[in-house]
Amino acid sequence: METKNIMIVGVGGQGTLLTSRVLGNLAEEAGYDVKISEVHGMAQRGGSVVTYVRFGDKVEEPIVEEGMADVIIAFERLEALRYFHYLKKGGSIILNDQRIDPMPVVIGAAKYPEGIIEELKSKVDLHVVDAMSEAKKLGNSRVFNMIVLGMAAHYMSFPTEMWKKVIQKTVPHKTIDLNLKAFDVGYSLVK
Amino acid sequence: MDKILMMGNAAIARGAYEAGVKVSSAYPGTPSTEVSENLVKYKDDIYCEWAPNEKVATEVAIGANVAGVRSMAVMKHVGFNVAADPTYTVSYMGVNGGLMIVVADDPGLYSSQNEQDTRMVSRAAKLPVFEPSDSQEAKDFVKIGYEVGQKFDRPFVLRTTTRLGHSQGFVTLVDREEVEDKAYTREVVKNVMMPGNAKARHTIIEEKMRELAEAANALSINKVEMKDTKIGIITSGIPYTYVKEALPEASVLKLGMVYPLPKKKIADFANKVDKLYIVEELNPFIEEQVKAMGIDCIGKEIFSNEGELSSNIIKKAILGENPEIVAYDKLPGRPPILCPGCPHRSTYYVMKKLGIKAAGDIGCYTLGAVAPLSVVDTTICMGASISSLHGMEKAKGKDYIKDWVAVIGDSTFLHTGMNSLLNMVYNQSSGTVVILDNSTTGMTGHQDNPATGKNIYGDPAPQVDLVTLCKGIGVKNVRVVNSFDLPELEKALKEETAREEVSVIISQSPCVLLTKGKKPYYKALSDKCKKCGMCLKPGCPALTKNEDNTITIDDTMCTGCGLCFDLCKFNAIEYVPLEK
Repeated sequence: METKNIMIVGVGGQGTLLTSRVLGNLAEEAGYDVKISEVHGMAQRGGSVVTYVRFGDKVEEPIVEEGMADVIIAFERLEALRYFHYLKKGGSIILNDQRIDPMPVVIGAAKYPEGIIEELKSKVDLHVVDAMSEAKKLGNSRVFNMIVLGMAAHYMSFPTEMWKKVIQKTVPHKTIDLNLKAFDVGYSLVK
Repeated sequence: MDKILMMGNAAIARGAYEAGVKVSSAYPGTPSTEVSENLVKYKDDIYCEWAPNEKVATEVAIGANVAGVRSMAVMKHVGFNVAADPTYTVSYMGVNGGLMIVVADDPGLYSSQNEQDTRMVSRAAKLPVFEPSDSQEAKDFVKIGYEVGQKFDRPFVLRTTTRLGHSQGFVTLVDREEVEDKAYTREVVKNVMMPGNAKARHTIIEEKMRELAEAANALSINKVEMKDTKIGIITSGIPYTYVKEALPEASVLKLGMVYPLPKKKIADFANKVDKLYIVEELNPFIEEQVKAMGIDCIGKEIFSNEGELSSNIIKKAILGENPEIVAYDKLPGRPPILCPGCPHRSTYYVMKKLGIKAAGDIGCYTLGAVAPLSVVDTTICMGASISSLHGMEKAKGKDYIKDWVAVIGDSTFLHTGMNSLLNMVYNQSSGTVVILDNSTTGMTGHQDNPATGKNIYGDPAPQVDLVTLCKGIGVKNVRVVNSFDLPELEKALKEETAREEVSVIISQSPCVLLTKGKKPYYKALSDKCKKCGMCLKPGCPALTKNEDNTITIDDTMCTGCGLCFDLCKFNAIEYVPLEK
């Protein structure tokens, strides 16, 4: 199989690391070679963070190059725009519709770009979800990342049963049911 | 055997386990921290600890090695400077049990104050350097390093980078090799580095390094992959993976040991290819040595000394490929910031209000340099806040530093800050030191330190009392203030900066990330809001200004610290307690 390139982008502290762990375990379950590259340290303190996940028959470099991502999972609007140029032609973006103002915006030194969703929609295959609200409906805002993953599942050709098996293995035992529910909600949002 | 997905740093820990390591000492530092955190898993076989700094850690490892066991010290690149003193001399001593120093570089400066290249430092210290390119090698090179080190009487450096340490790949596990302890015998000429002995040892280790350089030609991890001979690449580490991706058809000489270099192998390889490129991150370390051999090659003429490489960069530099990539420009940046509820924010807010500038140090609180707090004026290295403030005073006099303080975290203070404080006392400074005591080593992900009362295993440990420590050094004026007690902080800062004696203010409140789970929060009441903007001054990311200049507090980000509540004069912010 040709190597699949997935990027997870967001704001430090949003919990993107669980998402990449699920993807890594999934690729392993499917018998692929996989490499994952994460950001730790200072950038995790509210900075722009990106995780690369690559899987296929043989993966060499651990990062996704500009113009090569099959799917970008974006946890925040501005970050989707920031990493947009990593997407390959025909790639897809799954966007959690959340706005987190970066400090230059908070202090009035810069403006948060308007119309990000419309802009992206005009250029690529974009799926937007307010995962935070969906997660709150399920009773726990912290499972919002599983909703986003449920949407992204449509673009990665793993059977849903495998997703569920891997989620069960990856998330804390107490939260399995909730996470599986969240995954189903996300999955049903992409037609 | 088991094949599992492992982060590079975890793989190094596993490698230490498999290689029969028995003692490890380290100071946390991104991107090296997870090596020690993963060593904890092997507690039945490996003793590991957090040391107060890298010099101490290295000396602990040296001692264990002298006593006859395989030992290791772990640090980030700048920590290697702190450890330089023992490192340069243990190089002369050679090894008994075996000694590895794991040093993690940070090309691209994800979490560091410089981009120095550990290979250069290691070469200056005459230490062999091993450089893995993925998790499997990160594990395997540990054992190879000990074997080579023991054969040639050399301690060795395992050099990693952020990308390697924080990337995951498959690793095949093997069992631990139980290495028999080496007997300790008194060997003054080898272990007492006074001038006469060191002089003799210098001659010996120069010879050992020459022998090792010769043996490097046959070392299995220096491997040639002959393919198309039009392009030949010499590379190592993570850049090897970029080369494989960018130029799958090129011939490659991949160096697993990057110092000393296998000169014959390099000359041979150079002869077989039409055009030779050196692909390496940071300094032209391999390149300059290859050029010094009189071999024609291309390196930093087309690659930068800065940052990370990537397969796109290599394609562009060597093949001239330039895929059209259009990025959105002029987007607002998203630099890291202090977390919502961070106790440093309120300390800085008060300092800002009083017009106090800070000589800064290394930790999350370096972020006090950026707007809107803009309190920190300098940041150099661990401990430098205190000593540089002292230097300012000696240059310009007592009055000059009346509106200055030094700010330093608890872990950084114990690392090297306390030496600087001793200097302040001894040389009669009048400066004020603010210890931002958040009861943890925050930036690197909450490691324990001598002030937290726990060791690396989370077990109870003697807890240094910072007040007694400062008093013991000779500071007469030491006071402890809660970081969120704004009036008390203001009073302390005013009084202590006015005092013509050294003083220490310990601003105390635990890092907000130490407590997990749901927290109470605050809610903004738009009907009572007078739009004065006071609550926005500390720059808390949980607060956003609405179109009509009222504010919204994000309940998922707010931790209930109450700083904005304390600043609001119009009762327009309301406490929402935790639901029972």
